[in-house]
Amino acid sequence: MNRLINPVAEDTAIDPSAVLSVRNLCKRIGKKTLVENISFDVYEGEVFGFLGPNGAGKTTTIRMLVGLIKPTRGQVVIGGHDVRTSFRRAMRQVGSIVENPELYGFLTGWENLKQFARMVGNVPDERLHELVGMVNLEQRIHDKVKNYSLGMKQRLGIAQALLSRPKLLILDEPTNGLDPAGIREMRGFIRRLVDREKISVFISSHLLSEVQMLCDRVAIIQHGKMLTVSRVDELISSSVDKVEWTVTPMDTAELLLKQDEEVKELVVTDDGRRLTCRMPLDRISILTRVLVQSGVDVHGVRPVVVTLEDLFMELTGGEGIG
Amino acid sequence: MAEFMRLLFNELEKIYRRKRIAIVIGILVILIPMFVYAQFREVQTTVERLGTADWRVALQQQIIDSQNRLNSSRIPDEWRDWLQVRVEQLQYYLDHDVNPNAPGAPTFVRGFMENGIQLFIPLLVLIVSIDIVSGERSEGTIKLLLTRPVKRWKVLLSKYVAMGLLVSLLILLVGILSYVIAGVVFGYRGWNIPVLSGFVIENGSLNTRYVHLLPQWKYILMAYGLGWFVSLVVGTIAFMVSVLIRSTAAAMGVMLASLIAGGILSSFATSWTDAKYLYSVNLELTDYLAGQMPIVEGLTMGFSLVNLTVWALAALVISFVVFIRQDMLQ
Repeated sequence: MNRLINPVAEDTAIDPSAVLSVRNLCKRIGKKTLVENISFDVYEGEVFGFLGPNGAGKTTTIRMLVGLIKPTRGQVVIGGHDVRTSFRRAMRQVGSIVENPELYGFLTGWENLKQFARMVGNVPDERLHELVGMVNLEQRIHDKVKNYSLGMKQRLGIAQALLSRPKLLILDEPTNGLDPAGIREMRGFIRRLVDREKISVFISSHLLSEVQMLCDRVAIIQHGKMLTVSRVDELISSSVDKVEWTVTPMDTAELLLKQDEEVKELVVTDDGRRLTCRMPLDRISILTRVLVQSGVDVHGVRPVVVTLEDLFMELTGGEGIG
Repeated sequence: MAEFMRLLFNELEKIYRRKRIAIVIGILVILIPMFVYAQFREVQTTVERLGTADWRVALQQQIIDSQNRLNSSRIPDEWRDWLQVRVEQLQYYLDHDVNPNAPGAPTFVRGFMENGIQLFIPLLVLIVSIDIVSGERSEGTIKLLLTRPVKRWKVLLSKYVAMGLLVSLLILLVGILSYVIAGVVFGYRGWNIPVLSGFVIENGSLNTRYVHLLPQWKYILMAYGLGWFVSLVVGTIAFMVSVLIRSTAAAMGVMLASLIAGGILSSFATSWTDAKYLYSVNLELTDYLAGQMPIVEGLTMGFSLVNLTVWALAALVISFVVFIRQDMLQ
């Protein structure tokens, strides 16, 4: 499956048109290498997924992006400003939630926003009201944050990240711990944000379905190393489609399908009632006719959409995802 | 500058909303009446015992008691020197007809600082300073502070200045609350009572050449100035511990241990003179003002002031260097 791996050329220069440009990022603590040679670009108006199992180095990478950790090697450039050499200018372009949205529980939501507004500069109250409306917290904004639900904290976290109208929003596992309704809401919110405010979003996740639904492009990392950067749709369409056959008798069908040279990886499913194989979808009708003509009853044919889950299995050699 | 003022406002708001000022006021309002009552009872007992309210008789009795102890052979040499100086000083008060314990709220205010400077006031300082950095780290809000377009040193400086302002407020509160509460029992007068200061201890005996009379308000001002300085130093060291140790409970433990170690050492480390380099052995600055002989040899006002200044400066440098370079993991 090497054709799926197309990493960013490692030693290329910083891309000036990118909102976020990361080159050869490494972090070593003692003898342990947490992150090794990570390079990618995030462009204007795109949702970029950062996918990997828990412990792959996602949060370490994000901490380096926002200057909480110093990289051992490598460069992070946000909106044309290097995070290490011009921290303030770089940070003006970013809003972030790193891990959980930790806010001051003893302050109200409004007071929290005021705190961060004072750190950015003079953000007018109208902007705060606008953000509160955007994240649907009007009813509870004057309650203490310690009484908020996780979803509300998450939304307040996003409001504080958007205070200074950043070009880039960095969200670390934004749906972690949310209930299904909260996840759907969050997803819709992020999409609206990208459409309306034209900002780029960098999202880390260990959930493939999440990335698949939200992101335009995705970087997949494992054990601190990057496996691939690719468009999500390309990643999916580039792979051969899987087809599931429900037929009787199975052995005759298996023999017939095996004879077709475009059918690959023909196997009986675990429950022994179906056959799956990889083949171009346009051959379904031809093969169905062949089967029927040879006396095989075809009860159902179903193209199985390849998920990133399957891709991940292939990329990592079947190691799966956390 | 405008940016710094906004950061400072943030820090003050956080400390205020964490109810730290309320806690300090609460402690003072509960404990000061207890101290006032204890002192009131003490005065009553003395009057009953001596059968008179005349302070001269009480002072005379105190001198005789001390001399009796001096004549006992079982008293260690260091204590003997200390008592000797004390007797000479009391005698000096008696000879010049000055009452060292004249009743009145201002005397209580003075005594409160003299007795609290070693441990009680530093403990109050810890309440407002110990989690100023570690609290943000253990709650994770440090990430929100340090991913803003503000340099790290500025964030830390705003926290330090906020701590300094609160420590100043604390000293003010100690003075005002002890005056108001003690006045109910002892009366509010006595600001101009003469107090003796300028005792110099040379080679274990009292040199009274520089002794002079001060109105009590001036003495109180000096004592509270010293108390403020001590509080700032303790606050600065707590600030450093708060940067170095992420757990607030552990930070509190370290500070308490070092403060109490100072108290223990200065009560029996008379032969280990190197103990004087520990900051907490140097906290009783008001003792120099009152002319009490320090237990650990080699302690003088000058030494203690320099020692505390060095400790504070070192703590400040360590705080900033570490905080600016630190990786914020977790």
